[in-house]
Amino acid sequence: MKALQFRRNLPRYAAARIAGGFVPGGGASAGPLSLVDMDPPTAPGPDWVRVRPRLSGICGSDLATVDGRSARYFEPLVSFPFVPGHEVVGDLDDGTRVVLEPVLGCVSRNLHPTCTSCADGRLGNCEHTSFGDLEPGIQTGSCHDTGGGWATAFTAHRTQLHVVPDDMDDVAAVMVEPTACGVHAALAAHVPDNGVVVVLGAGTLGQVTLAALRAHAGPRTIITTARYPEQRRMAGLLGADLVIAPDEVRRAVRRTTGSRAIGAPTIGGAREGVVDRLTGGADVVVDCVGSSASLTDALAVVRPRGRIVLVGMPAEVTLELTPLWHREVELVGAYTYGTETIADGTQRRTFDMATDLVRDADLGRLVTATYPLSRYREALEHAAAAGRRGAVKIAFDLRDEKERNDL
Amino acid sequence: MSNGRHLAPRPGFVLDVDRNSPPIVFHHGEGFRLEKLPPGRSRVIYPAEPLEGLADPDGAIRHALDNPLGDSEPLRSLLHSDMKLTIAFDDISLPLPPMRRPDIRQRVIEAVLDLAAEAGVDDVHLIAALAIHRRMTPDELRHAVGDRVYDAFAPDGRLYNHDAEDPDGMVVLGETPHGEDVQFSRRAAESDLVVYVNINLVAMDGGHKSTATGLSGYTSLRHHHNVHTMSNSRSFMDQKNSALHASNWRMGKVLRDAGVKIFQIETTVNNDTFGRTGPMALLQKREWEWSTRDRMQFLAMKAGLDLMPSGAKRKAFSGWQAPYALTSVQAGEVEAVHEVTTANVYQQQLVAVEGQTDILTMGLPYICPYNVNSIMNPILVMCLGLGYFFNLYRGRPLVREGGVLILSHPTPWEFHPVHHPSYIDFFEQVLADTTDPAEIERKYEKQFAEDEWYIHLYRNSYAYHGVHPFYMWYWGTHALEHLGRVIIVGGDPAAVRRMGFQPASSLQDALEMASDVVGPQPTITHMKNPPIFMADVT
Repeated sequence: MKALQFRRNLPRYAAARIAGGFVPGGGASAGPLSLVDMDPPTAPGPDWVRVRPRLSGICGSDLATVDGRSARYFEPLVSFPFVPGHEVVGDLDDGTRVVLEPVLGCVSRNLHPTCTSCADGRLGNCEHTSFGDLEPGIQTGSCHDTGGGWATAFTAHRTQLHVVPDDMDDVAAVMVEPTACGVHAALAAHVPDNGVVVVLGAGTLGQVTLAALRAHAGPRTIITTARYPEQRRMAGLLGADLVIAPDEVRRAVRRTTGSRAIGAPTIGGAREGVVDRLTGGADVVVDCVGSSASLTDALAVVRPRGRIVLVGMPAEVTLELTPLWHREVELVGAYTYGTETIADGTQRRTFDMATDLVRDADLGRLVTATYPLSRYREALEHAAAAGRRGAVKIAFDLRDEKERNDL
Repeated sequence: MSNGRHLAPRPGFVLDVDRNSPPIVFHHGEGFRLEKLPPGRSRVIYPAEPLEGLADPDGAIRHALDNPLGDSEPLRSLLHSDMKLTIAFDDISLPLPPMRRPDIRQRVIEAVLDLAAEAGVDDVHLIAALAIHRRMTPDELRHAVGDRVYDAFAPDGRLYNHDAEDPDGMVVLGETPHGEDVQFSRRAAESDLVVYVNINLVAMDGGHKSTATGLSGYTSLRHHHNVHTMSNSRSFMDQKNSALHASNWRMGKVLRDAGVKIFQIETTVNNDTFGRTGPMALLQKREWEWSTRDRMQFLAMKAGLDLMPSGAKRKAFSGWQAPYALTSVQAGEVEAVHEVTTANVYQQQLVAVEGQTDILTMGLPYICPYNVNSIMNPILVMCLGLGYFFNLYRGRPLVREGGVLILSHPTPWEFHPVHHPSYIDFFEQVLADTTDPAEIERKYEKQFAEDEWYIHLYRNSYAYHGVHPFYMWYWGTHALEHLGRVIIVGGDPAAVRRMGFQPASSLQDALEMASDVVGPQPTITHMKNPPIFMADVT
């Protein structure tokens, strides 16, 4: 089969980091990712089936891997070589169209009894990750044994698969996985009724989180930061009340919340009127960027006892945590999905909610361009510059790959 | 003529540009541009030369106080020992640039205080009548009123800035027949006499506006600082055709009916903005009369400015103080006084101009009423060009309806955070949404006007009130309705576009862009301002 494979190769890893530093996505040309012919992964057990991807998305975490920017935290949580790709809509051998829920929890690792988190349906919080019958890998797309979506085939545990409704096309279906992240983040935000929410970042995660907040929370105002015109336009369509440039967020939140502001003192300069941080602020900030700058902004604009939800995958960040301490701010992560408890107390699978949201909010429109595997360098560079090029989600289209259809 | 001296100040002048006309100096913020205008279809309006100042300003002031105009007794007759006296005076926005010491306000206030002392008046307050402008700093107050007055009144709190947001310091005195609330300083309202000390730089200043605006707040201002009023003031510099003027006059009547006794002292200055000698003097000369030395001096100054960082240039220009001379002083009843004042302003500033033009060009200088010791941000560029300068006409606008206005100014995307905090938000949020004054007024004004943080900064820091940038934008309403296009030469493209205007890198480019609107071979008129003039367009 044909696949994009990521090998452990330190010199190439360093080259990817350098190349990615010059041109985002540049790590695809210089790094340890390559297009190869390889044997399809062997099913690790009887409940595993072959999936032939139709569309497979490129995620921000994939780009961080390709450009050598991933946190070292993940080193023991992946197994080399691996095939990236976890946003997948594909076909089973019997022709059933499925989307992949890529988290590898206790069940897929053949661990019994399962950990408490998996028992509760919170697969993303699995306490046995990297153990069991599988090589390490928190998700399909980072585990050697399963393969990944950037290939003409991979293997998946039956519990990882969700049948795609007939009325949902492939482009919409490939958005279900990232949308599930947004749904989970929106629910983790615990937005008070009539509250003010700030969404930092308007890439894919920012957009789907925005849509999920609009669908599953009752905020008075959602403020979204967006760097590029198409991101701004889309954020407006998906329900942002105010879309602003990232460097305008502190003033915008101050205006919206009626807060006062504090300017950090400097030598010789009056600071009244400068907005370095707010005395009040937003009830919730959802950080879909995950950088030092975005987290600093989040801490500057969240109200005392407010909540920051970190959705964007961070690596190492430098952060002044005094405001977190002083203002008793909650900083929580939101990773993937599982089972959600919704307002009426009932529980639903996040993927089911995401499937509904993709349909209701027409999130398939976020898929801007697709590429064949052979043009993976262009695809990754496009994805890394998506905002600037007026795009949101870039995906590989494998439907016409000869190797896929010959399998 | 040969030695550049003139027996009498020459009146304003309209130059028809021909092939022999030299390049014209355009103000360009803290710098200048030399521009060659197309011959045969361009003209340049030059201001009159400065009138001679009064030989004995202090004597003239004393004479005015003793010989009031209209239905008023001499000031000394109005003063008595057990009275409450409030002296209010124009703030930092007048004159422009700030004038050299002694400031006219100092001369007048000292004369008033001498009379008050003779009468044994103890209860005297001095108030900078700034409405919703920023507070004046101690140094600025000292400059305006002089050391003697400042040291006598400021330390014990009897010299201070008006505070339009002081809930205990403001009072509503009534309503005009048009339903306009008249809000006023409580101290002034409760005084036995309010003496107002004005510097009347342009025709819209003074009269009832001094008190009805200067000592009021948002509750009153919103009735005339709005889109409707600005749209119906054509121009707001022409009292007879100004809805702004009419509203202030109605409010003045309410003040009078409420028992507020006002003794108005108005002054006019000549237009000696840049001096007859010194580095800026050639800005008051007509280019074809420049000597070789003038040309060398100008080129050296321009080259130096082009090399200087913006902060240094700003500091250098902010240090300039105009050698204005007092040309008249009149005192007494508000309307009688103001009629004479206006005539004196016109005497210095009116320039007769025949017919309108397709394209009007302006070089905007480094200063406007709201950036003294501050930054001329893009909103103030708009206000100065489309507000003040565009409206410096009587009769008809200099440019025809549907014509093009070309401004020259760097228009940096830069704001003074202490002075203009709400301007930053206005620029980032409001103008990103719409540039339509009516929509802006409807959607955003109330939120900004009532924002607690802006109010805090206005009262306790040196910030313009939260609603002030709205008024600056409304100031351009008439021009926005009238013009077919606005182009800014040399401006920051992003800032220019945010305001709905078009950026151009050169005047030539701007003229080409303008031809899309007004057609080929348009007529062009350049307002060579400052020194300030007012076009009397027939």
